[in-house]
Amino acid sequence: MVPMKAAPFEYARPETLSEACSLLAEHGPDAKLIAGGQSLVPMMAMRLARPAWLIDIARLAELQHLTAPAEGHADEVFVVGAGVRQCVMERDARACANLPLLAKALRWVGHVQTRNRGTIGGSIAHGDTSAEIALTACVLDAMLELRDTAGVTEISAREFFLAPMVTAILPEQCLAEIRFPVWRSADKNIQRGCAFEEVSVRHGDFALVSACAQLELDADGRCLRAELGLGGAAPTPLALPEVGAQLVGAKLDEQAISAAAAAAVELADPEGDLHASADYRRHLARVLVERVLRAAQQDARSKVGT
Amino acid sequence: MSATGQSGFRYIGKKRRTKEDPRFVTGRGRFVADIALPGMKHVALVTSPHAAARIKAIRTDKALALSGVQYVLTGAELCAGTEALLPGVDAPKVTRYPLAHGVVRYAGEWVAAVVADTRALAEDAAEKIEIDYEATEYVLDPEKSIAPGAPLVHPAHGSNVLYRRKFVWGPVEEDFARAEHKLALRVRWGRSATVPIETFGIAAQWDPGQQLLDVWASIQMPKYPDQIARALRLPGNAVRVHFDVDVGGSYGVKRGIKHTVLVGYLAKKLGMPVRLIEDRLENMRGGDMHGPDRIFDLQLAFDSDGTIRSLKIRALDDVGAYAGRSPLQLGKPVGAIVGPYQIHSVEYEPISVMTNKTAQEAVRGFGQSPTNYALESGIDAVARHLGMDRIALRKKNFIRKDQFPYLIPSGTSYDSGDYHAVLDKALAAADYPALVAARDAARKAGRLAGIGISSCLEPSGGNSSFEPLFNPKNETTTWMDSCLVRIDLSGAITGVMNTSSSGQGHETLVATVLGEVLERDPDTIRVVHADSLNALPSNSPVGSRMAIMLGGAAAGAARKIKATLLAIAAHNLHKDVAELEYHEGSVSVKGEPGQTLSWAQLVEIAHRKFHQMPPGLEPGLQAKFVWEVPTGGGLPTADGRIQMYPCFSFEAHVVLVEIDPETGQPKLARYACGHDCGVMISPDIVHGMTFGGIAHGIGAALYEKFAYSDNGQLESQSFMDYLIPSALEVPALTIADHCTPSPHTTFGQKGSGEAGYLGAPAAIACAVNDALAPLGASIAELPMTPLQIWTRMQLARAGN
Amino acid sequence: MSDERLYSVSIEVNGTLREAQVPARLTLVDFLRDTLRLTGTHAGCEHGICGACSVLLDGEPVRSCIMYAVQADGRKLTTIEGLAQPDGSPGALQDAFCEAHATQCGYCTPGMVIAAHALLEANPAPAEQEIREAIGGNLCRCTGYQQIVDAIKLAADRGSKGGL
Ligand code: FES
Ligand code: FES
Repeated sequence: MVPMKAAPFEYARPETLSEACSLLAEHGPDAKLIAGGQSLVPMMAMRLARPAWLIDIARLAELQHLTAPAEGHADEVFVVGAGVRQCVMERDARACANLPLLAKALRWVGHVQTRNRGTIGGSIAHGDTSAEIALTACVLDAMLELRDTAGVTEISAREFFLAPMVTAILPEQCLAEIRFPVWRSADKNIQRGCAFEEVSVRHGDFALVSACAQLELDADGRCLRAELGLGGAAPTPLALPEVGAQLVGAKLDEQAISAAAAAAVELADPEGDLHASADYRRHLARVLVERVLRAAQQDARSKVGT
Repeated sequence: MSATGQSGFRYIGKKRRTKEDPRFVTGRGRFVADIALPGMKHVALVTSPHAAARIKAIRTDKALALSGVQYVLTGAELCAGTEALLPGVDAPKVTRYPLAHGVVRYAGEWVAAVVADTRALAEDAAEKIEIDYEATEYVLDPEKSIAPGAPLVHPAHGSNVLYRRKFVWGPVEEDFARAEHKLALRVRWGRSATVPIETFGIAAQWDPGQQLLDVWASIQMPKYPDQIARALRLPGNAVRVHFDVDVGGSYGVKRGIKHTVLVGYLAKKLGMPVRLIEDRLENMRGGDMHGPDRIFDLQLAFDSDGTIRSLKIRALDDVGAYAGRSPLQLGKPVGAIVGPYQIHSVEYEPISVMTNKTAQEAVRGFGQSPTNYALESGIDAVARHLGMDRIALRKKNFIRKDQFPYLIPSGTSYDSGDYHAVLDKALAAADYPALVAARDAARKAGRLAGIGISSCLEPSGGNSSFEPLFNPKNETTTWMDSCLVRIDLSGAITGVMNTSSSGQGHETLVATVLGEVLERDPDTIRVVHADSLNALPSNSPVGSRMAIMLGGAAAGAARKIKATLLAIAAHNLHKDVAELEYHEGSVSVKGEPGQTLSWAQLVEIAHRKFHQMPPGLEPGLQAKFVWEVPTGGGLPTADGRIQMYPCFSFEAHVVLVEIDPETGQPKLARYACGHDCGVMISPDIVHGMTFGGIAHGIGAALYEKFAYSDNGQLESQSFMDYLIPSALEVPALTIADHCTPSPHTTFGQKGSGEAGYLGAPAAIACAVNDALAPLGASIAELPMTPLQIWTRMQLARAGN
Repeated sequence: MSDERLYSVSIEVNGTLREAQVPARLTLVDFLRDTLRLTGTHAGCEHGICGACSVLLDGEPVRSCIMYAVQADGRKLTTIEGLAQPDGSPGALQDAFCEAHATQCGYCTPGMVIAAHALLEANPAPAEQEIREAIGGNLCRCTGYQQIVDAIKLAADRGSKGGL
C-alpha cells in the first residue's frame, strides 16, 4: 500500500544556520532538512521518506549567496549558497557567465514551477544519479561545504555521491555552499566551450542518461583541458576526469571523440528500469558523450575572438 | 432532417463562447472533491501486495485504536451486506465486490477500507492494519491465461475466458481462396487508459429520515443509479445521484461503481457523510480503470490491384482480474469492423480473457481505437506487400460517397460520408508534397523520418447493441436520452439534461440547440443537470452520442414548445396553424405582420390565462422529449449481424515523425487531421475534443503504458512512470473540417467525442514504421517508446 | 481528532491575510482547498507532476501539492480565484481562455491559467515554443493543448494592444 499523504512530522524553521545545525544535532537521523522540497515532499507523500522532524532552511539568508570570483584571477571559484533557488541561478547573469555549464544544465531541470522552488543545494543533497546539477558539480569538481555544530567540513562533489540517493552527508550536517571552479584566464587565445545534453522520454522527466562536457582549446583547436561526465549511467553522477585527461593534447576529431565516448562507456555502470535497459543506457551514454564533446567544441569555436 | 451542410443555421455551427468556460477559467467549477458535507469522513484503502493470494487473517485492532478513526470495513462484512457486481457478459460466477473477500486477484486490489476524520489519519490507520496472505499462483500473460492448466483467476467460472465467439459474416473462406494474395500479421495494443487529471471521487450521505442515499460523484456511467441501488439492496428511488457535479475528464473510464458501493455502504452503515477521493496511485492501480490490452492476429486476402476482398481478425483482450462492461469493448468494433473500406466478408473472433491485473474499464472509443490500429496496420502491410502507395490503396478500397447507405458484412449500415474528400483535405492541410520532400531530405541527410497515414471511422450516437450481441440473455434494445425544456413566467428558457458532463460542453450543446429551434439567444438559456430522482432517462455521455442524442432530444422538446406556442397563437388569432409563422419566439399571421403575439404574451397565456388556452393543452410551458437511438431497437441475427450505432464520423490523419537515429527518440514534426462529423453544433467544442483525442492518441502510441513486472506488480503507477504527453510532446495540430450531414439526425450532426483518438495511434505507428523502413526495422506494438524503437533499430542493424 | 501538533500560519491569499492552525503535514493545496475552501486550485497527482495545483507564490508559479502550508507562512499567494475580476467574472487572461475555448473539463485549467499568467508577466510577447515550455509542466488530458496555446497567444496579442 502506498498512500499519498505524508506521515505526521514536526516542523521547525530556524532563523540561522547554526540553529538549524543544532536542531539537526538534536534530532539526528529523525530529522530531515527541507529547502525547496521538490523531491522530498513527493517521497514523503508516498511515505517513502518519513522524517519525524522537518527543518526548513529555505529562508536562511546565509544560504542565499551567489559570489563571483574577483576579476583577473585565474581558476577561482564561484560560490553558490545551497539555498539558492534554481530559478534565481538561471536568471543571474554573473552566474551564467561564470558557470556556463551549470546554466546549460539548468535548462534541463524539471519545469518552471519546480525550478521556482528547487534549490541548487537541495538537488545535490538529494543524491539522484540523473540530477543535472549534481552531475555538473561532479564534472566541474566543485567543493561542497557541509556545516554542523562542530564546524565546517569540505568534500569534493566527486566523493560526495555514494549510491542511489545516498551521499556522504551525515545526518547532523547541512550542505551550506557549493564552490564551483570557474574556468578562465587572461589568455585570449584559449577558447572555452561547454555542452549539456540528455535523453528523457518526455521533456522535463528524469534523464534516462545525461552527459556534459567543458573544454578549453588552443588556437589550433587542440584540447588543453577537458572535463566530462555522465548522469543516469551509474549509481551516482559520474565525473570522467580520466577520459578528459585522455583528450588533452589531442585535436577533437571524430576519432578522438569516439575513443573518448568508448572510454566513457567502459566506466559507466547503468541499471535497467521500465524506461531504459542497461544496454540502452550504455548506448545513450556513448551517443551523448559524443554529442557533448562535439557541441562543446563547437561552442568553444563559436566564441573565437570574443 | 437537413442536408444543408454546415450553413443555414442561426446558432449551430457558429463560433460562439461556451456556457461552461467562465466558471472553469475562474476556478468556480464544482467538482466532487469540492463538496464538503458537514461532518464528512474520509476513506483510505488497504490494498493487496500480491498478484494472487489467499487472505488468511486481517487484524484491525491497532488501526481502530488510533484517535480519529471511525471504522474499518473488510470484505467479509461488505460481501454479506451488498450484492455482487457482475460483468457485462454472461458469467455469473465472475463476481466482484468493492473489497476482496477470501482471495485477492491482483496487486493493488482493495482489501480493507478505513474511515477516519481526515484522509491523512485514515492513511495512518491503514498502515496499522495487518493482513496475513498466502501467495498463490497467478497468470499475467493473456496467451498463457487461455492455455490449458493456467491458474484460474476465478476458479468458480471454470476458465479464464470471459467471452469468446467466432463470427463469420459473408463468404470468408471463398474470398480467401479466390484472392491473389494473402498475408498475416500480429499487432499489439498496450495497456493504457484515459487517465483523467481528476481521479475518481465519490461522496455519499444517508438520510435515515428520508431513507435516501445522496451521491455526488465524478461519474460518467450509464445506469449508475440503478446499479448502486441494486448492489446496496435499496429500491431505485432510495438513491439520488446529483448530476450537477462537474467531472474532471473521463473519456470513458469514470465508472466508479465499486467505489460508490463501498462509500454508499459506509455512509449508510455509519450514518455519516463519507467520501473517497482516489489518490493518483489508487486511481492507476486499484481504481480498475485500465484500458484495452490486446493482441490482434489479422489475415487479409487481396488482389494485385489492391482490392481487399476479405479479412480475418482474432482479438485477444486482457481485461484483468474483474470485468464490468469491458468485454463488450470487443463488441462495439463489430459495427465498424471493416473501417471505411469495402471489404466483402469478415471473420471476427473476439476473446476476452482474465489475468491477475487491474481490471479494465471503458476507454474512449470503447475498443474502436485498438481495432482501427490493427486494421490500419493491415492496410499498410498490404501496401508494402504490393509495393503500392498507401494513399492510393486506401482510396481504391474506400466506400465511395455514392454508395451510402452502405451495409457492411457485420450488419451495420453506414449513414453517409465522403472519405476521399476528407483524406484529400487532410493531405492538403499537411501539405503532403512538402511533407514527402521533408521526409526524403531528412533521409538523405542520414536522419530517420517517416510519414503516417490513417483513415478510420468513429461510430457515433452510442447505442448498446453489443450487449445483446455478446449476451443473449440481455435484450437491451434502447439506449435513449432525454431533455426537458421549461419556459418560466418571465419567458426565460431552462433546459434540463439528465446526466453529468465531463468536459463535453453539454450545457452549450443544449442551449445552442434550444436557441436554434426556438430562435432565442443561447446565451439567455440556462441548462441544468437533474438529479437521478427527477431525471428523465439518460444513458450518459458514452459512445460519442450526446450531440446526436441529447441534441436530438433537446430539439424534440423545443419543437414541442414551438408547436404549443403556435397552437396558443392559432387559438387566439383565430387562424389555422398553417397560416401562422414563428419568428424569434413570436407568432404572426403570414403576410399580416400586425397580427402578432409576442413571446411574452404567449408565455403569459400559457402560465396565467387558462381561459385563452386552446382546449386540451396543458397549462404552463414545458415539454419533454425522450429519444431512442436512431436506427436502434433491433436484436442481432443468429449469425451476429446487428446495426450497431447510427452515425459514422470519419477522420484521416497525416503525420510526419522524425526519429533520432542514434537515440531512438521520436518527435512529431507535423500533424494534420481531416475530420467529418457532419454538422458541427459547436465547432470550438468539436475541434477541442479532436485535438484532445489526438493528444491522447499520441500518448497511447508513444508514451503511455501500464507495465507489469514479472511478479504482477504495476510498475507505472505514478505520473513519474505513466507518461502523459505534455505541450512539449504534442505538436501544433491542424484540423481540416468537412461536413457530410447524417440523414439520421436532427441537424445532420454526427458524434465527435472520440475523434482524434480513433486514428492517431494508427497514423503515428504507421509513421514510425515508415521511418524505420530504410533500416529494415518495424514495430508492431504500442506504445513505441524510445527503448522499443532503439531495440528494433539495433536488431535490424545487427541483422544487416 | 488526533493529537497532532498544530502550527500557526498566516498567509496572504489573494490580498487577504488568512490565519490558521494547521498540522505540519498539511500540504498547501489541501490548506487552500480544505481549510480556506478555495477550491479553484485542484489536486491531480499530489506528487508534483501534473501542475493542476499550481499557484503563484510571491508571484512565481509553484506546485502547491509539494509544499506544506507551514512553508508558506508569511508569504503571499495568488490562486486562480485571485486572477478573476473583483466581481468574480473572468480576468483578461481568463477571458482569452474563454474566447479560445481553452478548457473542456476545467480540471487542469486553474493550473494552466496560473502558468500562463506567470509567463505573460515575465514575457508579454512569448513565441509558441516559449508558451509550450511555460505550460510544459501542466498536464491536460482534454484539449491537446492547442486551444490553450491559442488562448495564451490571444492574451499576449490583446495585452500588446493594451488589453491586459
Ligand atoms: S497535484 Fe500538484 S503537481 Fe499534480
Ligand atoms: S481541460 Fe480537462 S484536463 Fe485540461
